[in-house]
Amino acid sequence: MSNYMVNLKINNIPVSVPEGSTIVQAANKLNFRIPTLCFHPDLSVAGNCRVCVVEITGARALAAACAMPVAEGMEVFTNSAKVRTARKHVIELLLSEHNADCTKCFKNGHCELQELAAEYRVGDHVFLDLVKASDKILDISSPSIQKDNSKCIRCQRCVRTCEELQAVGALAVACKGDHQRITTFMDKSLHNVVCTNCGQCINRCPTGALVERNYMEEVWDHINNPFKHVVVQTAPAVRIGLGEDLGLEPGHRVTGKLVSALKHIGFDSVLDTDFTADLTIMEEGTELLTRLKKAIVDKDETVTLPMTTSCSPGWIKFIEHTFPELLPNVSTCKSPQQMFGALAKTYYAQKKGLDPKNIVSVSIMPCTAKKFEANRPEMRASGYQDVDYVLTTRELAMMIKQAGIEFTKLDDMHYDSIMGEGTGAAVIFGATGGVMEAALRTAYEIVTGREVPFNNLNITPVRGMEGVREATITITGTRPEWSFLEGVEMKVAVAHGLVNAKELMTAVRDQKASYHFIEVMACPGGCLGGGGQPIPTSADIREKRAQAIYAEDEGLPIRKSHENPEVVQIYKDFLGEPLGHRSHALLHTHYKPRKRY
Amino acid sequence: MEHKTIKKVDIIFAKDTCNPRELLSKTLQRNPDDIILDIIDSGLKGRGGAGFPTGLKWKFTRNEVSEDKYVICNADEGEPGTFKDREILDQVPEKVFVGMAVCGYVIGAREGYIYLRGEYNFLLRSLNAKLETFNALMKELKFDFHISIRSGSGAYICGEESALFESMEGKRGEPRNKPPYPTRAGYNHKPTAINNVETLVYTTMITRLGPTEFKALGTQDSRGSKVFSVSGDTPIAGIYELELGMPLADFVDSFGDGDTKAVQVGGASGHCVPRKQFRDTIIGFEGIPTGGSMMIFNSSRSMYNVLHDYLEFFTEESCGQCTPCRVGCQQLLKGIEAVKRGERKPDYLEELKKLADTMKVAAKCGLGQSVANPFNSIVNNFREEIIY
Ligand SMILES: Cc1cc2nc3c(=O)[nH]c(=O)nc-3n(C[C@H](O)[C@H](O)[C@H](O)COP(=O)(O)O)c2cc1C
Ligand code: SF4
Ligand code: SF4
Ligand code: SF4
Ligand code: SF4
Ligand code: FES
Repeated sequence: MSNYMVNLKINNIPVSVPEGSTIVQAANKLNFRIPTLCFHPDLSVAGNCRVCVVEITGARALAAACAMPVAEGMEVFTNSAKVRTARKHVIELLLSEHNADCTKCFKNGHCELQELAAEYRVGDHVFLDLVKASDKILDISSPSIQKDNSKCIRCQRCVRTCEELQAVGALAVACKGDHQRITTFMDKSLHNVVCTNCGQCINRCPTGALVERNYMEEVWDHINNPFKHVVVQTAPAVRIGLGEDLGLEPGHRVTGKLVSALKHIGFDSVLDTDFTADLTIMEEGTELLTRLKKAIVDKDETVTLPMTTSCSPGWIKFIEHTFPELLPNVSTCKSPQQMFGALAKTYYAQKKGLDPKNIVSVSIMPCTAKKFEANRPEMRASGYQDVDYVLTTRELAMMIKQAGIEFTKLDDMHYDSIMGEGTGAAVIFGATGGVMEAALRTAYEIVTGREVPFNNLNITPVRGMEGVREATITITGTRPEWSFLEGVEMKVAVAHGLVNAKELMTAVRDQKASYHFIEVMACPGGCLGGGGQPIPTSADIREKRAQAIYAEDEGLPIRKSHENPEVVQIYKDFLGEPLGHRSHALLHTHYKPRKRY
Repeated sequence: MEHKTIKKVDIIFAKDTCNPRELLSKTLQRNPDDIILDIIDSGLKGRGGAGFPTGLKWKFTRNEVSEDKYVICNADEGEPGTFKDREILDQVPEKVFVGMAVCGYVIGAREGYIYLRGEYNFLLRSLNAKLETFNALMKELKFDFHISIRSGSGAYICGEESALFESMEGKRGEPRNKPPYPTRAGYNHKPTAINNVETLVYTTMITRLGPTEFKALGTQDSRGSKVFSVSGDTPIAGIYELELGMPLADFVDSFGDGDTKAVQVGGASGHCVPRKQFRDTIIGFEGIPTGGSMMIFNSSRSMYNVLHDYLEFFTEESCGQCTPCRVGCQQLLKGIEAVKRGERKPDYLEELKKLADTMKVAAKCGLGQSVANPFNSIVNNFREEIIY
């Protein structure tokens, strides 16, 4: 933004803001709130809802404050009679084509439209009801996402999200006039298009038009069933996001209270996805080193490099559709959620003397794509569906409220055992760059016998919020069995948000860039910005969550995956060695190409 | 106020007045700033509806610094009751091309596009043939400027300049936020001078003859003449070039069938003028401006049906992105139906007029903003016909 300051008056109060600021930004500086609906800080400005209209002296028409740049000497009124009439009309019009059955709506209490309606007390409807019966038919084809056109206000936030942040384009505007609507290619159901189930559109939908498929009732039923042993795993990013839905500021770490709450709710065993995140590092790190060895020592030309991570199911579906030719580059490791699921009904069942058919495996994820992933046919290695139910951070927050738990007053508790132990390396899986950092911490040490040469293990070059980040690490002082890597410059790259992933992978596909290892997370910021995390989201909120993740890492006694005692134990007792026979059967898989249309 | 009477003019369609080679070889020697001064001096305002001074538009575009700039001829002609651009492109396309080339020279553009209404594709073959000759002439004159045609795909909204750019860029035809205006960020977000077909022909005339002759016509606020598309209850429907500034009464005397009840000036998005206001209504920017459409209704017409048709048109042709227009149009349409059927009391029309007023100030583009024109003028003047 320019350094040049522009002077204007808002509601007769002078203010100076940098040239190029919008009226909304200038008003914020004066603590005048102008309501917005189609505006979202992560997206381009649309200016289509018109709820933010303001009066500018001398202008015939009102202006959309979200889109209108300030000008020297401008006089703006944010609450004049003309503005109030227009704004109220806009809200009434939106409601007239809206199926406003708030009490039955998943977004009840979290809805921007509802808030506005409440604020403006639009009581008795002046206008005619325009809700179309056909719009009330829900699209629940996807196990991740529910689309309800009768609740859509056409703000296009989802369309911009899917296009600008995710480069997927699963959602688009179709038709014009009274037939205009938000839909998919050929009006197919969401499950049958290129949608990655990432849920980023959900995070930015102001209403109940796009929400996660929720499975709270099913999970309650199993919890209350005495014949079922219900295990729950919690992903790294949940512990730094959950508080936001329960009255805490972004950036609060609530690990101990999360565990307490899950025990209060009645899960039989509260376990940690961090355990399988550490396990992923063992498997994936070994896979990477094996690929490197085959390529460098054996000169095996069938080996595909760079290897990419595979723990983000949104990324997996994206690559299946968009870069099917690069599928061999993807690590064969399942995501930590699915490794956990496969082990819960095998290893855990054995150790605990349980019949796997009586185990119900639930996961709490910052992610909606994991709901889809749990339902994949590839994910039944235990002989059962490995993960039965996936709940988002938001659903868990609702269950905590339903259970009448005063979350902020809970004592901290520890995860149960076995499969409850995680390291700092696993925690940072929740932030973009975290898997890379965790992998490097372990791989470097395997190869050289020494810790990664970064201050306090913090591999800062792969951290941050830049869309694509690169780093080079020169390997020196290798152990004899890894001497082929002596002096090798390990080139790595990290991308988050599929638009950045697309850019990076296009360069890889076109051989314009060469790397050894690439981390991709489908969601902006990584899992901490996942499609199942508390709403709202913004760069600022994601930054605070990231800080919390790195603080959690630094606070843990063990910060390297290979030092996780439960990981050491499982290789001794059950798996044998990384990439061993059992690992292959339970922890690895292959994905198949999908069509774009 | 100056009082003009109706006067037919023959500028636009006059044959043999435009020799592109002669005119352009002369014009390309001139200082572009002088050409702009002439156009500003002539008082020419855009003929596409908004009436922005053409000389200023060219000046702003010229003042922008950019490697790429564009000239666009808006030939989307979607306003109901307007069919004059088609005739111009059919009869005297060279005059349009010359106007575009002069504009290109003045603003510093190398590419020009004609955005041609999809329904006018029958003109494509002959236009392209003539453009080939014209583009060859540009080469010969060593003027780096090339014109090509883009076909529209049939939405009224694509005539709105920013939606037109989106459409040309291969996107959905949705109007953009303004500012930035096209002169700064138009097609491909580069400085763009977009002009109506007819506007360009007048620039050609002014370039050829200087501003004086054009200025001699019309009034202080509405210089020159313009082409009218006359339709409805008239024995002599067709295209007429008339001096601006005439009272509507004169127009009705010349074109009406003796039983004229109302004239819709400016197409569906224009104003409906009832008989009692004919004498006091001036056709021009100081009175009621028009993109050219004049629809005449005699006493056999139901103004409810007229309004209903217009509202159906807007309900369908709204791009649908903004709330006041997408939902507002439907509410106005369904609202008058409800009043007609007695499901809402007649005073619901007052609510609807307020809504139309909101659309006028809160809609994102000219389409939604102008629905109040026909709505309020018809409801105010023909209230009984709407209710009973
Ligand atoms: C809904 C809508 C439709 C329009 N359609 C046309 C059109 O068909 N032709 C046209 O020249 N201008 C049309 N305009 C006006 C253009 O946006 C623009 O003002 C014009 O092309 C500028 O040219 P001018 O200055 O020569 O009039 C339309 C405007 C709106 C809001
Ligand atoms: S989307 Fe919002 S306003 Fe609509 S029904 Fe749901 S909670 Fe109510
Ligand atoms: S879930 Fe992700 S990919 Fe699917 S429509 Fe939403 S933003 Fe697009
Ligand atoms: S689905 Fe949600 S985000 Fe998308 S247009 Fe509708 S209301 Fe807006
Ligand atoms: S006023 Fe109508 S046509 Fe214009 S942007 Fe809004 S919805 Fe689209
Ligand atoms: S928030 Fe400004 S138009 Fe929607």
